[in-house]
Amino acid sequence: MTSCPVPVLTSAEVVEGKSVLPKGWCANLANPTSLDLQPAVLELLRRTTSRLPQDIIDALVNGRNAEAEGSRGANTMDTMIENVVLADDHGAPLCQDTGTVIFWVRHPLGVSQRLVKTQIRAAVVEATKRSWLRPNCVSAMAGKNLGNNLDPFFETHPVIHFEEWEHPGIEVQVMLKGGGCENVGAQYRLPDAALGAGRDFKGVRKCIIDAVVKAQGQGCSPGILGVCIGGDRVVGYERSKELLLRKLTSENPNAELANFEKALLADLNTLGIGPMGYGGKTTVLGLFVEELWRHPASFYVSISYMCWSSRRMTLRVAADGLAVFE
Amino acid sequence: MIKLTTPITENAIRALKVGDEVLLSGKVILSRDTGHKFMVEQKPDWLKPILEDAVIYHCGPVVAKNADGSWRFVSSGPTTSIREEPYQADVLETYRVRGVIGKGGMGKKTSGGLQKVGACYLHTTGGAGALLAERVKRVIDVKMLEEFGSPEAFWIIEVEDFPLVVTMDSHGGSLHEEVLATSQDRAKALMG
Repeated sequence: MTSCPVPVLTSAEVVEGKSVLPKGWCANLANPTSLDLQPAVLELLRRTTSRLPQDIIDALVNGRNAEAEGSRGANTMDTMIENVVLADDHGAPLCQDTGTVIFWVRHPLGVSQRLVKTQIRAAVVEATKRSWLRPNCVSAMAGKNLGNNLDPFFETHPVIHFEEWEHPGIEVQVMLKGGGCENVGAQYRLPDAALGAGRDFKGVRKCIIDAVVKAQGQGCSPGILGVCIGGDRVVGYERSKELLLRKLTSENPNAELANFEKALLADLNTLGIGPMGYGGKTTVLGLFVEELWRHPASFYVSISYMCWSSRRMTLRVAADGLAVFE
Repeated sequence: MIKLTTPITENAIRALKVGDEVLLSGKVILSRDTGHKFMVEQKPDWLKPILEDAVIYHCGPVVAKNADGSWRFVSSGPTTSIREEPYQADVLETYRVRGVIGKGGMGKKTSGGLQKVGACYLHTTGGAGALLAERVKRVIDVKMLEEFGSPEAFWIIEVEDFPLVVTMDSHGGSLHEEVLATSQDRAKALMG
C-alpha cells in the first residue's frame, strides 16, 4: 500500500510575514484600562481559519493511510489533505462554514471583560470584512443577516467565555465550530430504555456509538468527539465542546477514562461509516471523555461532534505583553 | 471519470449510477435552507429558466468583492444536505433540476424525486472549501442577496471540472442507505 505524502504547511517565517499584527506589538498588561487585544485577536482569527493544527493533520494522514488504496475513503481524505495545504498557502478559509466563533478568555484580576468583549467583537467584524469569516449570525425567526457576524444584543455571537485566573498573562482560545457538526451533537439522559443504556460505562458507550451512527457522514467525518458525563444540561454541553480544544495527542489524566477512550475509539472505527460517510475505516479521529459532578436525579451524556476540519488555536499574551500563537 | 456539462439531458443523467465519478462544468445555482423553503412555498417563476436542466448546490460560500464590483468565491464547499429533505423532491419537480450537489446524502423522499424527474444526488467533500473554490470560474449573478444574506442567497456560478461522486441515482440507488444499514448492524453487534 502506498501512503500519502506528508503535507507540508508554509513555514513559521511565511506565517509571520503575513501577520496583521504590527511588528513589536505588545499588550500593556500593567495598565489594563489601555489594553487592546483587537489586533492580536484578528491575527488569531486569520491563522485559525486557514491553518489546521498539526495534530489534526497527522491524524488525517494516519486515517488516510488506513484506507484501502484507490478507495473512495482514501481519495476523499487525499482531497481533505490537499485542501489543508491549499487553504494555508492561499490564506483562505479551510471551509466556507467558518462556524460559530467561540472564545475562551482567561485573564488576571483587573482586566475588564466588557473591554475585551468589545475588542473581540471588533476583531470578528474586521475578519468578516476580509473574508476570513463568513457572516454566520442571523436572527432566529426572520433569518436577518447583518453581514458583520455580530448579534446586536451582545448575547450570542461571537460566543465568549471568560474566566479569571491567578496568572499574570492572558490566554485567548478560539474554536470555529461549523453548523453541520454542531447539528449532529446529542445529549442523552440515562437510563435510556430505548438504547438499553444504564448509568455505567456500558451505558455511556452505547450513547456514544448511537450518536456516531446517527451522525453518519453529516458532521463531516472523520470527526472528533467531546463527551461529558454528568453536569446539568447546559454545563454538560459546554464542557463537551471545550474538550474539543484538546490536542489529539493529549492523554486523559484519568486512567480509567483514558482506557475507555482508547477501546471505544477502536470500536467506533469498525462501524464502517468512513470519511464523509462513504464507507471506510476512518470514522472518528479522536475521543475525549470527562466526568462532572451531577444532581442525583440527573445523569446526562452530552456529546459534541467536531468535523475533521477542527479549527482551534490559542493566543497567549505573557506578562511581558508579547503574543504567541499555538 | 465522466464529464458532464450543463444543460444536462435526462438521458445523460439517467445513465449515471451510484459510484460514478463525475467532473461537472457549466451553470450551478447555490441554494440552501432559506432558498429551499422559499422555492417550495413561493414557487417563483423567475427561477424556472435559471434552474431548468441545471444543478443545485447546497452551499453558503465565503465571498469577496473585487475592485471592479464583481464577486469572487474564496471558500465554497458543500453544506449538509439532509436539512433540505422536506423540500428537495418538490424543488426537483417544480424546476426540472438535473442534479443536486451536497454532502451527507439525502433520504427516501428525495430519492423518489430523483427517480421521477431524472436527476442525481452528487456528493462532494465536506470541508474542502478552499479547493472547491478553485473550480469556480466566475460568478454569473446573485439573486436575493439582500433578502437572504450572503450564505443563503441564490449564487449563480460557472464551474469547471467540479469533482463529484454519484451517491444517489435516478434508479433508487443510494450509497448512504447502504452505509447506514451496515453501520447500524455493526452498532448492534458492538452494543451486545
